[in-house]
Amino acid sequence: MAAVKYISREKLPEWLKALAAERRLLVPVEEGGAVVFRAYDPAKAPVFGSDATAPPKGSVFPASKELFSYTYGKEGEDAKPTLTLDPKTTAEPTVVFGSKPCGARGFLIFDRVYMGKKFPDPYYIAAREATVFVTMACDTVENTCFCHWVGSGPADPAGSDLLLTPVAGGWLVEAVSAKGEPLLASPALTDGAAKAAEAEEVKAKTRAALGEAPDISTSKEALLARFDDMDFWRDQSDKCISCGACTYLCPTCYCFSITDEGSGMSGKRLRSWDACMHFQFTLEASGHNPRPTKAHRLKNRVGHKFSYYPTLHDGLIACCGCGRCVKSCPVSVDIREIVQNAVAKAKA
Amino acid sequence: MSEPFNPYLPEVATILETVQETHNIMTFRVRFDDEAKMAAFKFGPGQVGQLSAAGIGEATFVINSPPTRMDYLQFSVMRTGEVTAKLHNLVAGDKVGVRAPLGKPFPVEDLKGKDIVFVGGGIGMAPLRTLFLYMLDNRADFGKIRLLYGARSPLDMAFSAELPEWTSRTDIETTLTIDREADGWEHKVGLIPNVLLEMAPKAENCVAITCGPPIMIKFTLEALKKLEFPDEQILTTLEKRMKCGIGICGRCNIGSSYVCVDGPVYTYAQLKALPNEL
Ligand SMILES: Cc1cc2nc3c(=O)[nH]c(=O)nc-3n(C[C@H](O)[C@H](O)[C@H](O)COP(=O)(O)OP(=O)(O)OC[C@H]3O[C@@H](n4cnc5c(N)ncnc54)[C@H](O)[C@@H]3O)c2cc1C
Ligand code: SF4
Ligand code: SF4
Ligand code: FES
Repeated sequence: MAAVKYISREKLPEWLKALAAERRLLVPVEEGGAVVFRAYDPAKAPVFGSDATAPPKGSVFPASKELFSYTYGKEGEDAKPTLTLDPKTTAEPTVVFGSKPCGARGFLIFDRVYMGKKFPDPYYIAAREATVFVTMACDTVENTCFCHWVGSGPADPAGSDLLLTPVAGGWLVEAVSAKGEPLLASPALTDGAAKAAEAEEVKAKTRAALGEAPDISTSKEALLARFDDMDFWRDQSDKCISCGACTYLCPTCYCFSITDEGSGMSGKRLRSWDACMHFQFTLEASGHNPRPTKAHRLKNRVGHKFSYYPTLHDGLIACCGCGRCVKSCPVSVDIREIVQNAVAKAKA
Repeated sequence: MSEPFNPYLPEVATILETVQETHNIMTFRVRFDDEAKMAAFKFGPGQVGQLSAAGIGEATFVINSPPTRMDYLQFSVMRTGEVTAKLHNLVAGDKVGVRAPLGKPFPVEDLKGKDIVFVGGGIGMAPLRTLFLYMLDNRADFGKIRLLYGARSPLDMAFSAELPEWTSRTDIETTLTIDREADGWEHKVGLIPNVLLEMAPKAENCVAITCGPPIMIKFTLEALKKLEFPDEQILTTLEKRMKCGIGICGRCNIGSSYVCVDGPVYTYAQLKALPNEL
């Protein structure tokens, strides 16, 4: 167990600058009224107080990523066509600094899918291995937070490498993975043993502020029991405008599309975030769509996170309770209510 | 150090030959450029591939040639949208990309010793063709083999070059049908499920394998139930929209079953156990 360290507010820029010198450093900053993760700029103060509007999902899983480039050519006397494919699976060493635990935990959900045994995803694995998460435990909670419903919490280290806990004057710094330890070597950090007790208090106080979690342990079966109850789903999705904001802002939504982009003899194949809340997502060639209405699609989004995924992955819920989809939905669709309604119906 | 396996990177292949099967179905016969990879390539009947032309995009097609005939891999592509329309412009000598094999094959071992009735409609004949030819190439391993293949009209019948052989072989029983009378048509006229009821295959020790448009599947299943086929003795292959083909992109699920890795071949019993979202 590495020693606990302390970083003061005053020394933080020094640490950030040192980190940024060696690799890509992403921090939450304000941009156009939202807080998003961007490359560190010493002239721009990071926003560490509240949770970022968008999670650091793009650090490991960019909104659009080149799978390979291609070039057509001709060779030989008879000008035979050739095709060369050039994949780039390497990833830039990165530190994501200042995400809340829920933002980092999202990658746990990704890991099970992208680091599976049968088809491990080389792009994801390279980026995941090259990225270190320096996460900040929460000292305040919002009314949209429900990490404690899904087996997480405001100081959850799962998915992170260093955990920072706010204390008077700065942060306690703990390594929570072997990958995080080398970052503790910075001279900007001092011994943190004296602050450890205070940090524990902050953690306990924040957890207490979230209150009791309702019992949603039957969500797997409860949602399946509602599968054919389209009246229920029409009701739950009544307000939804199928904008997809909930999926794009979700730290655990991992679906993508594959498309080609090119002109003339060369171009690239891309993979880009996609959203199951859109009609086109499952539209088939015949015109048939197994999820023709927003009710079918919301059913899939909630069902995937609280039923199908946990069925496949040892009960792990594919939602980290960050509340982003609740906060950012233009019409206030609330995933917590939907899950609770399904659970309540199954009990009734 | 060698690169880790990249499931998104297609094998570059060359089109050896194209066959215009119908006005909207074109067959492509391709071989990997890397001969060592072609020689090592293994798949089971029913497995699919992502066929692409760089710049055009990828789409999913069953490898409809059997693993017993490895001179080339055959894909038959119905023109339905952007990617398929552009694939139709390709000619022999052009390069394509192939990601294969994907998905699970038909349970060939379980089928040995059984009577088989194939029921294919339209392009749905493609996934049946690979298994059908595999069985012909291993004829002694299977019992009675019957094929019912239907299309809208004679002109909509793919694989027409092979039909004379299929209908004249005496070790199998082939029935062809079209929806409406047409000049010069010497085979059956009638909808597939009705013709199937007329054929009345016995369910005992028999497995029915069906693929086709959703409406045909629906009525074929009803017919098979009338003929008292148990759910476990009905196999079908599903078509869901796919992208990655490797269980990651999240597009093809029915509840917690991913058609691209857990399917596309399912027994009717398995399908009934899944949430109802076909
Ligand atoms: C397991 C499997 C095996 C298949 N085998 C064959 C085959 O042997 N021969 C054949 O002709 N077709 C087959 N298909 C269907 C084929 O994949 C689609 O027709 C094709 O992807 C349409 O692509 P497109 O780009 O031309 O259409 P697009 O321009 O993308 O769109 C046209 C329509 O096709 C839909 N679509 C896109 N991809 C698929 C897809 N994979 N499945 C269903 N709809 C899709 C779109 O939603 C859209 O509505 C198979 C599909 C699956 C899933
Ligand atoms: S953010 Fe709200 S309105 Fe938009 S797709 Fe999600 S649930 Fe529907
Ligand atoms: S579903 Fe909503 S609350 Fe759960 S992780 Fe995604 S955005 Fe956060
Ligand atoms: S096609 Fe991507 S998960 Fe099945």
